[in-house]
Amino acid sequence: MTEFFGKRWHDMGGDPAGTINPDEHDFALWEKRVDALMVLTSAAGLMTTDSLRRVLEDMGPDAYETMTYYERWIASIAQNMVEAGAVTTEELGAKMAEVRARGVTYGAAS
Amino acid sequence: MPHDHHDHSHEGLSPSGHPYRADNDTDLSYWQVMEIALRELLIKKGHLTAAQIHAQINAMDSRSPANGARVVARAWVDPEFKAALLDNAGEASRAMGFDIGPMHLIALENTDKVHNVVVCTLCSCYPRNLLGLPPDWYKSRAYRSRTVIEPRKVLSEFGLIIPEQMQVRVHDSTADMRYIVVPAQPEDSFGLSEGELAAWVTRDSMIGVSLPLAPQ
Amino acid sequence: MKVRVKSHWPPGHIRTPAYLRGKIGQIERRIGLFNNPEGTAYRQPGPQRELVRVRFRMAEIWGARAERGEDEIEVEIYSHWLEPV
Repeated sequence: MTEFFGKRWHDMGGDPAGTINPDEHDFALWEKRVDALMVLTSAAGLMTTDSLRRVLEDMGPDAYETMTYYERWIASIAQNMVEAGAVTTEELGAKMAEVRARGVTYGAAS
Repeated sequence: MPHDHHDHSHEGLSPSGHPYRADNDTDLSYWQVMEIALRELLIKKGHLTAAQIHAQINAMDSRSPANGARVVARAWVDPEFKAALLDNAGEASRAMGFDIGPMHLIALENTDKVHNVVVCTLCSCYPRNLLGLPPDWYKSRAYRSRTVIEPRKVLSEFGLIIPEQMQVRVHDSTADMRYIVVPAQPEDSFGLSEGELAAWVTRDSMIGVSLPLAPQ
Repeated sequence: MKVRVKSHWPPGHIRTPAYLRGKIGQIERRIGLFNNPEGTAYRQPGPQRELVRVRFRMAEIWGARAERGEDEIEVEIYSHWLEPV
């Protein structure tokens, strides 16, 4: 590895990489809801595209490789909502425990 | 994997022929719990309404490559519209009645001398308010990394061979603009109506990784 | 007009791709004033910055590694990252 000089992991233009995988998927309801949360909280002035990306970048390359696109987005949106004062981590923790207790599938819990 | 919660009968494939992402039927993930909890809290605390979320999902679902295809088809048959599109693609799209929100759009014309292709090396910027959400490969490390350094090789993996004498122009979508490629009209389609032509314009041809195709 | 992208390496949220830093290109068009993402990303709006589209030759960016040196890349860059050549 060469010494780090400031090029961050997400800034990947020109990096060596494999062949393009053309597989696609249709978006699940929960993914569409994450997308809608980003659009609507931005329109409400609670976050921006830039603050979304800043958190995604700070999550690091491991998150990019191990989490799906909208998993990373909801993590970033949640952090942004805490930063904006729209929710507290305490509220989020309590609500997540309540949601988890509702059932074992997304359909049952949402 | 079973999909008996969905109200369709295809065997694991959506109407567009893609596998469904595991969701309602699989174990609830930490991130799904977070989505539900955050959404409910934002509604409870008055930052959003459930109706807004429903409407936003509907709005996004109504955006698809078919919108961009109509824009391109009009540009093929109407030189005045094409000039307006190349001047300000956002305004030209709005004038056709598309709700593209505050998006700033630039149209890139393919000619017999220049082939344009769009990428976002830093994240996944895409003209989502016109074409809908981007395909998975557009967000992949492979596409984001390689398109700026070896676009011809990348395009060849999509089956598109650019002649050596033709210029390739890569557009790295880094900031506030979004891009749509206006592919050159195929000779086989000359004389068709605007409505017929729209069926030739594929999503990938508006990203620049393929050419328009005769409808199957 | 010819410009060079500054070869700066600050930390944080930056929209100037690393592969362009220090490279020389030609202004393609000026787009207007936009919020500076280096501030808005941290909830610090600050003054708007001019956004400029710059065209680069592949040979300038990649040297001998370019597939075809005459091919081009166009990128939006905020004006505070550009210096005249």
